[in-house]
This record gives sequence, C-alpha cells and structure tokens, in this order.
Amino acid sequence: MSPRADAPARPAARIRRFSRAERWIHRTTAALMGVCVVTAAVLYIPQLAVLVGRRALVVRVHECAGLALPVPVLLGLASRAFRADLRFLNRFGPHDKVWLRAALLRDRRRAARPAGKFNAGQKVYAAWIAGATLVMLGTGLLMWFTHLAPLVWRTSATFVHDWLALTIAVVLAGHIGMALGDPEARKGLRTGTVSQEWARQRHPLWRPRP
Amino acid sequence: MNPEPPEERDGTPVGRRVFLGTLGLGALGVLAAPTLQRAMEGLTSKDPTGLTGLLPNGGGFRYYSVAASVPAKNATDYRLTVGGLVDRPRAYDLAELRDLPQTRLVRDVQCVTGWRVPGTPFEGVRLADLLDAAGVRRTAKAIRFTCFDGTYTESLTLDQARRPDVLVALRMQDKGIGHDHGGPVRLYVAPMYFYKSAKWLSGITVTDRVEPGYWENLGYDVDAWVGRSNGRTDEPTS
Repeated sequence: MSPRADAPARPAARIRRFSRAERWIHRTTAALMGVCVVTAAVLYIPQLAVLVGRRALVVRVHECAGLALPVPVLLGLASRAFRADLRFLNRFGPHDKVWLRAALLRDRRRAARPAGKFNAGQKVYAAWIAGATLVMLGTGLLMWFTHLAPLVWRTSATFVHDWLALTIAVVLAGHIGMALGDPEARKGLRTGTVSQEWARQRHPLWRPRP
Repeated sequence: MNPEPPEERDGTPVGRRVFLGTLGLGALGVLAAPTLQRAMEGLTSKDPTGLTGLLPNGGGFRYYSVAASVPAKNATDYRLTVGGLVDRPRAYDLAELRDLPQTRLVRDVQCVTGWRVPGTPFEGVRLADLLDAAGVRRTAKAIRFTCFDGTYTESLTLDQARRPDVLVALRMQDKGIGHDHGGPVRLYVAPMYFYKSAKWLSGITVTDRVEPGYWENLGYDVDAWVGRSNGRTDEPTS
C-alpha cells in the first residue's frame, strides 16, 4: 500500500515536506527575527551601544523589522499547504503526550519519541513563539507610540518587552541549535524535500501525501 | 487509503491554547509589571556578584544617545556658552569651569524607565553660580539647555535651576565624566528623573518661558521630580 516499502530500491527517493511558499515564509520570518535580535542587542548591551551609536537609526530599523515580523505568516495564510501545516501544529494527539513526557525525562530513544509531521516540541515552540512575537509587538507599540497609553503603561511595557526578549533569545538559541544538529531537517526547509529514511526515523507517524 | 492518521487532524487544539496563553501571560505581565519590578529591584540590590547587572533593569547605567553620532569634545575644544536674557553672556572652557568653586553631591540616580543606581557622586559648578555670574534679567523665567550632540534639549524653571542640588557636573563617580556618560560636562539635576540631567551640555540659554525639552515633547513630564511625576512612586533622590 505504501510506496515507502520499496525505499531501498530507490535510495534517492525524497519526500516533499514543505512547499515553496512555506520555505519563503520561514526564510523571511527568520531574516526579520534576525534583524530584531541584532538591533535589540545593539540597543540593549552597553558595549555594543557605545560601539554602534546611532541609536535613533537602530531604533527605527528595530521598529520596522518588528512591525513586519508577522507579515510573512499572515500572507502565508493564503497558502493551502501552510494552513494544513498550521492545523498539524495546532492539534495534539496522544503520541504528543508520550513525546513530551520522554523529553522531560530526557529519554532520547527513538521509540519513546513518536511524532507526526511535527513533533510535540516543534508544536509547542511554534505556538509559543507566535504568541511571544505578538506580545513583543504589542509592548513594542506601547513603547513606540507614547501617546497611546499613560506613561506607567509604557514603563510596564518596557519591563515585559525586556524580559520576554531575554526569554526569546534563549528559546531561539535552542531552536537554532537543534536545527544545527539536524542537517536533514535544514535540508527540508532549504529544498522542500527530506529523505524517506529521516522521515521514518524522526516522524514515524507522518503520512505525507504522495 | 487515509493520507493522514486521525490524530494528526482531530487532536486537542493545544497549540491554540499555548498561543492564547502566551498572549494572556504577556498582558498579565504588563498589568503586574510595577509590582514585579519592585520585587526584582529588592532582589538585585542585594546581589554581591554584580551578575544581575546583565539582566533587564538589573542596575548600572545604560548608554542612551538620541543622536545619530556624538562628536567627542575635550579640554581644548569644549565650550559652554551662557546666554539669552542675561547681562553678561560668555563662554567657558573646561579649565575655567574647573577654577570655579566645586560642589560634590552623593545621591541615588533614578531613571524614569525604572533603573536606579545608589549613591553616585557628582561634582561640579552650581548652576546658580553661573547664572549669578551672568546676571539674569528680571524678565527671565526659565532655562533652556542645549547639547553638542546637536539633538538633545532640556529645560528647568529659574527656581529649579537655582537649587543647590543642580550642578554643571565635571566629575561623576569621582572621575572625569567620560564621553559615554555625557562628558566632559553634563547637567546634573539631583532631585529629578535622570533624563533631566542632559549629557554633553554645551549651551545654557535664559528664556522668558519654559520650552519643553526632547523627552518632554515625547510625553514625559517637564517638572520631573523623582517620585512625584511621570506616574511613578520612586523614593525621592534629593
């Protein structure tokens, strides 16, 4: 029934994982997030601030990149493949509970980590980073447009923006670190396809459309 | 053949819950920020390692410049002009300022964004002395400060400017003020939020009315008393 049965006969056979639209969504979001992180570091770390100066310019770049950050995802909603993947990311099945428990217990055995197209860690990350980005956008707007709200709101927004920025930096480093440790996953986002072997090992419950 | 196992399509919408939960926590964080911030300051002020200085609002000074770039000035090319509604306008160089009677104050520095640096020494010439030397006219009501970054401005009323805890500071933390801290000469308004203490001070103009400065045009209070302005309740600094 499945074409995967004859994988050894066609070692080069690859499975489609991401559409062109999805790859561009990830690419542009990553670039905008990168600009946000670098400019934030310049605004935040005194040594870098002194080195670069030009605070007004750096602030403007940071604001524009932050404002644009949700745009690729919003435009991407026009893509059927992206909407389908968002549904996969949203829905948690019983196997995701198994995966999360194994992750908490640091159980690295493949059998302990059942996953569909996305594993439970990827699902939690996607949902959290989406929410965190919007919180950063909201608090950022309060800091930017001072007349929107009383000043004490601005101070509170600054507090949340600073602490959440630190949290995002740590989580993002984890996201990038895990991608660095998995070349085939990176290939999936670069070329759109992954090897059957990788899919079977990392995402055994994933049933890609032919 | 079913292309997707049912659990991939019909599971619990945990993703949506995590997403909305993160948004909710963010909003809650904004509401609880004043309380959280005070608690954090209580903790970080007792930290002997200084590591918390790396955390948000963890103490220490932050470098802020609103200008694109700020030229460096030293003893040879620095000038402070005193003008406007005065009888004897003049310019001071750094040596002339150093020759005037110096006042040393040790107070907390409080930023309007929340950070506070305890017991910071500032030393310099009382602004009141410079005003007296210039001979302020009777129509004068306020002072406008300009800075050699070319952008920043500040203001004080004449009464505020004549307070004994308002200095044209030449030294900070018992050393000459470096460029990054607004040197060689900055304003030091001890009882007010630190944005009033303009860095890179280059001009003192006596005016007949208060002209709001850079941050005041962006919504901050002109009379920026610590603990009694900007919607904050910090301990007064002076």
